[in-house]
Amino acid sequence: MKFKGVFPTVIAIAFGFLVLAGYIFPLFGQFYLFILNIAVILTGFAVLVGVSNLLIVHSGKIRHKQKGAIYSVILIISLLVTFLLGLVAHFSTSVSGLFNEAFLSIQLPIETSLMAVLVVTLTYASIRLLRQRRNLLSVIFLVTAFLIMVGTAPWPFLGDVPVLSALRVWIAQIPASAGARGILLGVGLGTLTTGLRILFGADRPYGGKHG
Amino acid sequence: MTNATLLELLGFVIILFSAALMAGLAALRRKSPPAFREIPAFSRLRQAIGRVVENGTRLHVSLGRGALVTAQSASAMSGLTLLRRLAELTSAGDQPPVATSGDAALAILSQDTLQTASQASAQGVYDPTAGRLTGLTPFSYAAGAIPVIRDENISTNVLMGNFGVEAALLAEAAERDNTFTLAASDNLTAQAVLYASAQEPLIGEELYAAGAYLDAGPTHTASLTVQDVLRWLIIIAILAGALLQLVQLLLSAGAQ
Repeated sequence: MKFKGVFPTVIAIAFGFLVLAGYIFPLFGQFYLFILNIAVILTGFAVLVGVSNLLIVHSGKIRHKQKGAIYSVILIISLLVTFLLGLVAHFSTSVSGLFNEAFLSIQLPIETSLMAVLVVTLTYASIRLLRQRRNLLSVIFLVTAFLIMVGTAPWPFLGDVPVLSALRVWIAQIPASAGARGILLGVGLGTLTTGLRILFGADRPYGGKHG
Repeated sequence: MTNATLLELLGFVIILFSAALMAGLAALRRKSPPAFREIPAFSRLRQAIGRVVENGTRLHVSLGRGALVTAQSASAMSGLTLLRRLAELTSAGDQPPVATSGDAALAILSQDTLQTASQASAQGVYDPTAGRLTGLTPFSYAAGAIPVIRDENISTNVLMGNFGVEAALLAEAAERDNTFTLAASDNLTAQAVLYASAQEPLIGEELYAAGAYLDAGPTHTASLTVQDVLRWLIIIAILAGALLQLVQLLLSAGAQ
């Protein structure tokens, strides 16, 4: 039982160190690429497992007649049709066109519509922000967003207002860029320490007790 | 020695230094835990977890879509650590947590994390459908996760990982259901939209501090201290660089 927990940890740590060594020492370069290629292949298989999980969850919803089960029926039918089209498209160019058309006519417009919904969602969220978190940072956030918007969009009858455009450029290049760099430095440091915790075996996303 | 080789060597030295510091601090932290600044979002998360257990409701952790073979995997790993800790904290509740992801490998890891957490709990109940892949594109992932927030008796949502603008749709769905939402991402755009739309947004490196603030172990507290030490070193390097640049300017002006 103990071996069951130790074995994946040893494998993960060993391969983690080998990949790290591949980055730094040219001697391990080929081996590092080989491991990464294996990881990419495994990720491909993981998609199959993930899609099976999606099927199981939604067929369960249909079986138990849960709320929104009709959407699960649509999802499963669409998934199977797309999967079959994808398989046949490999051998027939006409079906390949149909497969691409299905993506361009259904998936793309739906995702674009969601993007449009997002505009309304964010506008509403910005108004709510002032009600729920009324502090200096929220005011700065909203004023900056407003100035960037008015500096980007052309004004009716006036067109481009040079002062507003210059202000937008200044905000984007000086304070926003400085803040973004600070945040990205923090994210970089967090990424480094998270990687080290996994290399030490303290974080084990593959099971086992955390340290 | 070329500049590229010099940078690689510098990177190696920083990694070695950070690893040694983290190992040393983790050993020390076992005896005396450090005190960190208060982050209200984590205190409220603890209260929300308490309500999940008391009310018999469910916790939802959304792990984003950070693929494991990319640089964004670190935020996903942080999300998994938090999922593990939260699953342990809610193990006394009636319903196990549910985790949604937009990456297949991440969904498999979330299932494994939930299974390990359930084995450690007294009830030992594991539901294989609790770790779910909800979609493979950003918006299909959000569209698949929204019904989970809305229909599965969720009272607390944690969005932690790599998201894009679609995170606003998740935060909005949580807000409409009047549920608690803590949200963090390594992506700058997502951080901006989450700042506006989530109840408790985390900014920048606060995403990686979740483990330390939820007592996930001494290595987590040590890694937070290592981040602080490295940040101070970067600040010193930036100030020294600016000072040297100024000195060079003054010297060249003096020579003219």
